[in-house]
Amino acid sequence: MSNIISATVIKPKPAWRQWFDRLRHLSWTWRIMWFYLSAMLFLPLGAMFAKAGSGGWAKFWEVASSPLALSTYDVTFTTSLIATLINGLFGTAIAWVMVRYDFPGKRIIDASIDLPFALPTSVAGLTLATVYSDNGWIGSLFAPFGIKIAFTRLGVGIAMLFISLPFIVRTVQPVLIELERDIEEAAWCLGASDWQTFRQVILPPLLPSILTGMALGFSRAVGEYGSTVIIASNTPFKDLIAPVLIFQRLEQYDYAGATTIGVVLLGISLILLLGINILQAWGQRYED
Amino acid sequence: MKTSNPVNTLVRQGPDKKQLNWVPTVLIGLSIGYISIIIYIPAINVFYQAFHKGIDPFLANLTNPDFLSAVRITLLLALITVPINTVFGLCAAWSIARHKFPGRTLLLSIIDLPLSISPVVAGLMIMLLYGRQGWFGGWLQDRGIDVVFAFPGMALATAFVSMPFVVREVIPVLEEAGVDQEEAARTLGASDWQIFWRVTLPNIRWGLMYGILLTNARAMGEFGAVSVVSGNVANTTQSLPLFVEEAYKQYNTEAAFSAAVLLALLAAVTLILKEILESKTRIKDKS
Repeated sequence: MSNIISATVIKPKPAWRQWFDRLRHLSWTWRIMWFYLSAMLFLPLGAMFAKAGSGGWAKFWEVASSPLALSTYDVTFTTSLIATLINGLFGTAIAWVMVRYDFPGKRIIDASIDLPFALPTSVAGLTLATVYSDNGWIGSLFAPFGIKIAFTRLGVGIAMLFISLPFIVRTVQPVLIELERDIEEAAWCLGASDWQTFRQVILPPLLPSILTGMALGFSRAVGEYGSTVIIASNTPFKDLIAPVLIFQRLEQYDYAGATTIGVVLLGISLILLLGINILQAWGQRYED
Repeated sequence: MKTSNPVNTLVRQGPDKKQLNWVPTVLIGLSIGYISIIIYIPAINVFYQAFHKGIDPFLANLTNPDFLSAVRITLLLALITVPINTVFGLCAAWSIARHKFPGRTLLLSIIDLPLSISPVVAGLMIMLLYGRQGWFGGWLQDRGIDVVFAFPGMALATAFVSMPFVVREVIPVLEEAGVDQEEAARTLGASDWQIFWRVTLPNIRWGLMYGILLTNARAMGEFGAVSVVSGNVANTTQSLPLFVEEAYKQYNTEAAFSAAVLLALLAAVTLILKEILESKTRIKDKS
């Protein structure tokens, strides 16, 4: 009874009406944002999902799991994963060195870590392919042992190392700066060894940021096209990566095939993004 | 007093001295060594390859008409997409930083999407919208408008991949500046425009410039997405990064590296400006 009375007194507008009113009174900054996002992001995404769905699930699955497609996933994801693990190690070490130690030229070296962000990927591919080819500066050191780097999967890995390194360093660095040294000193005073201090005091709060950086780098490496297409020989089942396969499908006007693989890649990017958000939330558990 | 007492050693030497001396040296050496083989040697190689036969072949390559047209297209792409993305970025940053609403984090993630989507997939999506078989393909064809394999498509692809930078950089500075000054201006009778130009913009200028800088670097350097939609026809739809790849594929390595030098210099300038802008925001933090 009392419920009915209060409802008649307050008389709230229906939910859809509130929504509509809010929509009508949106300021123009909101309108520009939503218009641009719709035209530039939602519409293209819609076009892609519509295209992927138009052939039906069976057709989608057939193309997405064809032997060639599977081999490109293998090359793309395995190589990215290995590159990310290596960079996880070295990136953390670099961040540590940049935050904790002083040495001549540190500022320049610190700034230059962002070079892979700023250097166009085709230039990166061009110079990496030259340096790591059989007669290049670094490639020629390995050639006598029969190790070819450029135009093999190893080369793809090098390109991925190059483009994903800044992600790890730049994610770990700010967290490391915030880390309070008092706790390390306390641990050390209590008799912990360097290794124990690192494992039990420094690593736990640092781990979420290392993993976040690795996920960001992995996501970038998986989607990378410019540098990898130049340093790889793009031979199917050997060093052909998924983005290049999409490109080749498009060149053959096989839009459906390109879209299928594109949706697989996009789906993985979205899952990674979700994972990164969860990792970041986990990292902030130390904030309070 | 026993010298082995850790507290005493701490007071006298500090913990760093007590740590093993070789650890910093090894870590610094490893880090610099790794950065060298991954970043420095390839970067130096760009300049070596372009100039090792002297400066004349380099200059000769710079007057190649295909190269000049690629430079023009790259500049034009940046000239069109950077202002558009700046306006969008400001609007979006303002809307998000000045309002609390459910789904705010989700919206931020959505705006960041172009950074996690593979550039090739970005190009593919534009093909599916504006290409011959795309949603708008027929309509555009009837009116004789070329989007795909032409400049408009390249501009769309560039705008897509460089979309999030201004938003990402402006939101934090906008949040830090707070609303007090804006509200004060409003009570004193300033209009929205006046508030924006006189109060908000000066507060966020370094963050905004930082965002624009990153947008520009990405716009001028984008390869994958532009490569998909351009069709790569020399002289009409070749941007500088595409010219680099095309020249390399044609075994014209010298021309490739001459163009690469220009793009590497652009990257160097971007990094230097970035460093300057970062120090500006840092100074503001301290005061």
